[in-house]
Amino acid sequence: MNIKFKIENLSVYFGKEQFLNNVNLEIEANKILGIIGPSGSGKSTLLGALNRMNELEPHCRTEGTVLMDGVDINSSTYDVINLRKKVGIVFAMPVPLPMSIYENVVYGVRLSGVNDKKKLDELVEKSLTEAFLWNEVKDRLNLSGLRISGGQQQRLCLARVLAMEPEAILLDEPSSGLDPISTSKIEDALNQLKEKYTIVLVTNNTKQAARISDNTAYFLLGDMIEVGSTKQIFTAPLKKETDDYITGRFG
Amino acid sequence: MRVNPKYTQWGAVTILTGATIFTILILVFIIFFILEKGLPVLGLSFLTENPQEMGKAGGIFPTLIGTIILPVFALLIATPLGISTSVYLAEYTKETRITKVIRFGTDCLAGIPSIIFGLFGYIFFVITLGLGWSILSGGLTLAVMVLPTIIRTSEEAIRAVPNSYRKVSFSLGASRWQTVKKVVLPNALPGIVTGIMLSVGRSIGETAAVIFTAGSSLRIPSSVFDSTRTMAVHFYILAREGISSENAYGTAATLIIAVLFVNLLAYYTMHRFIAKRS
Repeated sequence: MNIKFKIENLSVYFGKEQFLNNVNLEIEANKILGIIGPSGSGKSTLLGALNRMNELEPHCRTEGTVLMDGVDINSSTYDVINLRKKVGIVFAMPVPLPMSIYENVVYGVRLSGVNDKKKLDELVEKSLTEAFLWNEVKDRLNLSGLRISGGQQQRLCLARVLAMEPEAILLDEPSSGLDPISTSKIEDALNQLKEKYTIVLVTNNTKQAARISDNTAYFLLGDMIEVGSTKQIFTAPLKKETDDYITGRFG
Repeated sequence: MRVNPKYTQWGAVTILTGATIFTILILVFIIFFILEKGLPVLGLSFLTENPQEMGKAGGIFPTLIGTIILPVFALLIATPLGISTSVYLAEYTKETRITKVIRFGTDCLAGIPSIIFGLFGYIFFVITLGLGWSILSGGLTLAVMVLPTIIRTSEEAIRAVPNSYRKVSFSLGASRWQTVKKVVLPNALPGIVTGIMLSVGRSIGETAAVIFTAGSSLRIPSSVFDSTRTMAVHFYILAREGISSENAYGTAATLIIAVLFVNLLAYYTMHRFIAKRS
């Protein structure tokens, strides 16, 4: 078993409020980890700790360690820009930048100084194909990213992350605002992508976690209640809280 | 007693429409009045000939040069300085008491009458720095005058850029400067340009601050150390000294047409830029 992230005693505070409480979790490489739990349980905060997006919010304080491939990503010598290039994130609301589809996809790559037209063209086709979007937009790559549908925008956001050729992809309720067809396209994409990437999927939809994640963790009010294989969590959870949540008695 | 919303709605529409029409009528009346008196004088020779007898006869060619060169000079200085300041205030500092003081200060500066800037420019640039009545003194004075406007409008425009864009940019591994350059500034550009256009308009029409600092020479300047006369100053002198009211209105008409032209050009350019991105 290959561990990508090792989280030890992680607590995160915003101001005086605590959002994560002493979390210990190992995230396997090339697997999809589903994170479920009611809103306000710290799921998104956990993602924010994995690529240090949390620290962009005011008054954020992080305790404990997050190791990626055995290296502490919170150490003062760790390059946060490099981290974010290796650990991409797709947010709940699709936010295409106000530029063409093409430029959206290569935004991150251009930041690293890649400007070779041929290389970029290849990357755009590859990333959009992996995100199940290529066929829908290949004839209008110069169209503004704001002009496509919400479901297409979210896949564009995924393609934008894929173009960076990251090691891990974080998804924060990526299909919360999408129709079932767009959702299934995203799920198809994720199923293929896990061969190359480590995927952490936060979802409000327990069925989605059951469908596509290999492992599932249940969070409640900043505590990680339980983690295990998806099959075990959904058929024989060890904790009562988990059982209550997945059977719909709570949350 | 409660009035039927149907009537209050009707009343509101009437008042709002009336106010709008009244405002537009005043504007149209002023422009029409000036153009009616000015257009008969206006012609190619009026624009290209040198004035004779202090402007009583001949054209306004040197003031055309002055009117172009002074605002351009001022904006070349004020724009980069103002935008940099606004980026710093909006993106690189946290909201503290000091930023509040800076913002309050720029707001106050924006409200100071231009003649005070003229007086300052005269004492500081013309006398103390010994730049004399010159394009340099006038341009610097105008730059100081429009700087607060540029800073405040740019800052507002930058703050109006959705935070989600910044978040996405950071999440893709951008530094703050890369985010400012590639996402924030392009999206704030329409607002920034509006501030610059306001400033161009103010500089073109400015009289008090210019007459004290750039002087009123009717010769065509050969360097930035030469004095020059803008159309606004020319109009003021022609009218004030009673030299020629025909030529004064001709100058005013030219001024109005020039401002209109600059604004249309900016509007058109901006429109194309926005259409390309959204």
